[in-house]
Amino acid sequence: MLKDITLGQFFPGYSAIHRLDPRTKLVMLVVYIVALFLAVNWASYALMLVFLVTCIAISKIPAKAFFRGMKPLIFILVFTGILNLFFTQGENLLVEFWVITIYWEGVTRAIFMLLRILMMIMGTFLLTYTTSPISLTDGLESLLSPLKKIKVPVHELSMMMCIALRFIPTLIEETDKIICAQKARGADFESGKLMQRVKALVPILVPLFVSAFRRADELATAMECRCYQGGDGRTKMKLLRYKLLDFKAYAVGILLIAAVCVLRHFGL
Amino acid sequence: MAPILEIKNLTHTYSAGTPFAHKALDNVSFTVERGEFIGIIGHTGSGKSTLIQHLNGLLKPESGEVLLDGKNIWSEKQLTRLSRFRVGLVFQYPEYQLFEETVYKDIAYGPKNMGLDDGEVDRRVREAAGFVGLTEEQLEVSPFDLSGGQKRRVAIAGVIAMEPEVLILDEPTAGLDPVGREEILSNIQSYRQAKNATIMMVSHSMSDVARLTDRLIVMNGSHLAMDGTPGEVFTRARELMDMGLDIPELTRLFLILKQKGLPVEPVYTMEQAVAALRELKGGNCNA
Repeated sequence: MLKDITLGQFFPGYSAIHRLDPRTKLVMLVVYIVALFLAVNWASYALMLVFLVTCIAISKIPAKAFFRGMKPLIFILVFTGILNLFFTQGENLLVEFWVITIYWEGVTRAIFMLLRILMMIMGTFLLTYTTSPISLTDGLESLLSPLKKIKVPVHELSMMMCIALRFIPTLIEETDKIICAQKARGADFESGKLMQRVKALVPILVPLFVSAFRRADELATAMECRCYQGGDGRTKMKLLRYKLLDFKAYAVGILLIAAVCVLRHFGL
Repeated sequence: MAPILEIKNLTHTYSAGTPFAHKALDNVSFTVERGEFIGIIGHTGSGKSTLIQHLNGLLKPESGEVLLDGKNIWSEKQLTRLSRFRVGLVFQYPEYQLFEETVYKDIAYGPKNMGLDDGEVDRRVREAAGFVGLTEEQLEVSPFDLSGGQKRRVAIAGVIAMEPEVLILDEPTAGLDPVGREEILSNIQSYRQAKNATIMMVSHSMSDVARLTDRLIVMNGSHLAMDGTPGEVFTRARELMDMGLDIPELTRLFLILKQKGLPVEPVYTMEQAVAALRELKGGNCNA
């Protein structure tokens, strides 16, 4: 049921990818996505695919997890594919039938677009699967800290994100419990017309909101009890420090961009 | 008469196929006779909550089956839902599931889902409110304005109003003060007597289960570890303590007395203790 949501789920582990600094991983994700957009031909896409598959293999996370997370996105993928397939104009006509005209360019473009989206999402999954939410927000805060100079409340933003991420599993668990409790009283969420189904959600949403507000209240009190006053003067238990592995990863990133640029100009 | 519930070789694994896979129930079997009051005890994470969620078809067993009145509750789709009305389940901290504007409407939620007519729903709501000691005026207030103990009783009434033949409660007294605990426990007793219902209660309070139940099921590490009368179970005090479970204070006291050389057998209720001590005193006087 709800527990099957894999988006943003963290798989604990000790692989090289797990051990990378979260900042490295965030920057590498940006580098990877830029490289994906620079890739325009078969050779460069092949290189990106090899890179992604290698990273997934290093992370030792079962490939199944990546495909499972993809399920909710099938509609968008199919839609993009069809749009590109039918509405790309070109020179090499492939099929002409009634109002449908498909050009060879449309086929390649649809494949490239699909690959691009798929690989982008899988790359993002790799980040969230191998990085705990806490270290992810830590990394983000550290990367964004220059923005403090122009009065962006970086610490507050990352604290909010951290709390939000922290409470997703709690709220999912809570929702599951409430659903079970109402089912035990004979609630029926699976049949009936649309209006009935919407109405059937009230017994879930009301207790869920009540408990979310209660939790927020309790959390605020608990934070105040420990004298939380925002980011000024706060020190960290786990300081982020770059290690040799991180520099190696950055080197790989630069090489990747360079290789894609070269293939873009000279490749097939 | 045939047993009301039969649990056969029940096994359940959470998050099967992920690194978080965890076997919560492993080959659990037992039967429940009509009218029994069963206590379920076990350490946190021993599989108690998973077990009771199988009894009314909220969780589907990975293998094994649950028979209600001799019929597998998963054999027909309709039967699974109907079994939830016949086996009422009150979750831990049930007050967090209240949602209606008034106490009356919240208690009526279950009976309405059963498709009963308004007159019958009204009768059941008022009767259930009576069992848990809610007054007429309290039926018309918002459940969110009540105290914690009263909210809990509203939530229990919400399940009782379905008039289940088997009432299962997961730690119904958790987090209540002693007066609130006693009230809830006597509410459960009065429902049992009025409807001749079967009660199953998960509890961490050994003295409560010792006093109220006539049978104990002990869960340990996803297995059914013991199944017997409180007397049978509590005489195996050493094993219980090895499982990280408590024994009633009286039983502990009598075990110490026995170790010190007094001729007493372990007891678990106050009446038994008084009787045993009387006998002991009488014996000494005669000697």
